[in-house]
Amino acid sequence: MGRVAIIGVGQSAFVRSYPGGIRELAFEGFKEAILDAGIKVSDISASVVCSAPEYDKQRSPAGVIAEYLGLNPQPTFYVESLCSSSSMGLRVAYSLVKSGLHDIVAVIGFQKMSEITSAESQERMGRGADIQWESPFGTMMPAYYAMYAQAHMAKYGTTLEDLALIRVKAATYGQINEKAVYRKAVTLDMFSDPANPMSGPVASPLRVGDCCANADGSSCVIVANEEKAKIFSKKPVWILGLGSATAPVNVTGRELFTGLAVARAAAEQAYKMAGITPDKVDVAEVHDCFTIAEMMAYEDLGFAKPGEGKDLIRSKETYKEGKIPVNVDGGLLSKGHPIGATGGSQIRTIVLQLRGEAGPMQVKDPVIGLVHNIGGVGLYGNVTILGRE
Amino acid sequence: MEKPRPVIGPDNAFFWEGCKRRQLVFQKCKSCGHVRWPPAHVCPKCLEYDWEEIVSSGQGIIYSYVIYHFPYHPGFREELPYVVALVDLMEGPRVLTNIIECDSSALACDLPVEIVWDEEGEIPIPKFRLRKA
Ligand SMILES: [Zn+2]
Repeated sequence: MGRVAIIGVGQSAFVRSYPGGIRELAFEGFKEAILDAGIKVSDISASVVCSAPEYDKQRSPAGVIAEYLGLNPQPTFYVESLCSSSSMGLRVAYSLVKSGLHDIVAVIGFQKMSEITSAESQERMGRGADIQWESPFGTMMPAYYAMYAQAHMAKYGTTLEDLALIRVKAATYGQINEKAVYRKAVTLDMFSDPANPMSGPVASPLRVGDCCANADGSSCVIVANEEKAKIFSKKPVWILGLGSATAPVNVTGRELFTGLAVARAAAEQAYKMAGITPDKVDVAEVHDCFTIAEMMAYEDLGFAKPGEGKDLIRSKETYKEGKIPVNVDGGLLSKGHPIGATGGSQIRTIVLQLRGEAGPMQVKDPVIGLVHNIGGVGLYGNVTILGRE
Repeated sequence: MEKPRPVIGPDNAFFWEGCKRRQLVFQKCKSCGHVRWPPAHVCPKCLEYDWEEIVSSGQGIIYSYVIYHFPYHPGFREELPYVVALVDLMEGPRVLTNIIECDSSALACDLPVEIVWDEEGEIPIPKFRLRKA
């Protein structure tokens, strides 16, 4: 069996509220990817559609989207693993191509978070807690990242300022990413000014500025076998390693709160499959839904030893010019986090970086890139390693 | 709006019956000795059914905690800011709970806590407070 490549990537602009429906939204990322790959829609032999269903009003969205994108009569189906849905979609597409069942597969991620009202959204977030063992205590899932932050700070001396530095970095690149939802600068002063909304406590120790922006958006990744990649692509990017893991949904069943066990396990698998060590990674996209999530990712991916992630951000080693540039497209914090589209957008960023087409965000001459995409609070973890020739 | 209350079913009734007696009870697997939490009708370690009840001392330490400043459930609006914590009990299980009767700025990971029953609803709910020296 030959290698598996990514021959086209696309994403919509990530916006606060997309005026059209999910079909139109999915089309935006899809069209960019088709044009990027230089293929016809009929060249795609299967599609994998990824989103988180709690935001969808449409039942079975894969069929509706495949029709709108002209992907009939080829097979399509839906893949869901919360915020890591489209990385899981890529994993499935890899298997479809590697097995020889399909030659070109489109992974289409989308989320229209504004499809439901904020009251509905809050009600659904509340339902995200275990009604039996969590809800009576007034808790809900996303705030658990604060539980990790508290444990990380207590064990390693990570500070609130270290977390704010990650937000400042994200905003540095969000400002130059024309597809980002949050285009403004963020400074440390904002976090120390009680009158600034960024400093407002949400679930202490996390503040408003530590949380990513909700957004509507879509992404698309075109996966092909080696033969098709050589026909269509001048600069194929190869899938070198894939890792995937799960953890107990119920946080009381977890032992580790200073890192994500799923990220460590997925990274280990992906590094092993790619035959590389963490120091070989030239550019990375990590799942910074909260600032603490990026801090833990540095350590879980082996860019820093446990507890030493703070040194990387303090010394700006994860900036574009640093030793290991991370999220130089603004990350989820500034680019935005349209759940089902996020993984595909991260993959797009790394593919553009490896092809030297990342514009003002371009890192110097990267050969190997990594994508870390997490669903829920460390519930599903996917790590993907990509490389150019 | 009312706070969410426990939803009692066949797998967890023993736990809430314990709470009515002001006892924190857990399932200990008769086959492998694993103390499991949350309740389940089968042991996740060895897949055997039989278990016995053990009563917790109600003593533990704070593993980590969060101070909520936003009412994710409207029933908790009046409580803001309130503390949600993971407490490691002496008997083994790690439980999710609230730390009450405290100044949240006095909290820290690893501090010892003890059980205190929240009698607000029909069923007492196990919560914790800093252990008195
Ligand atoms: Zn057992």
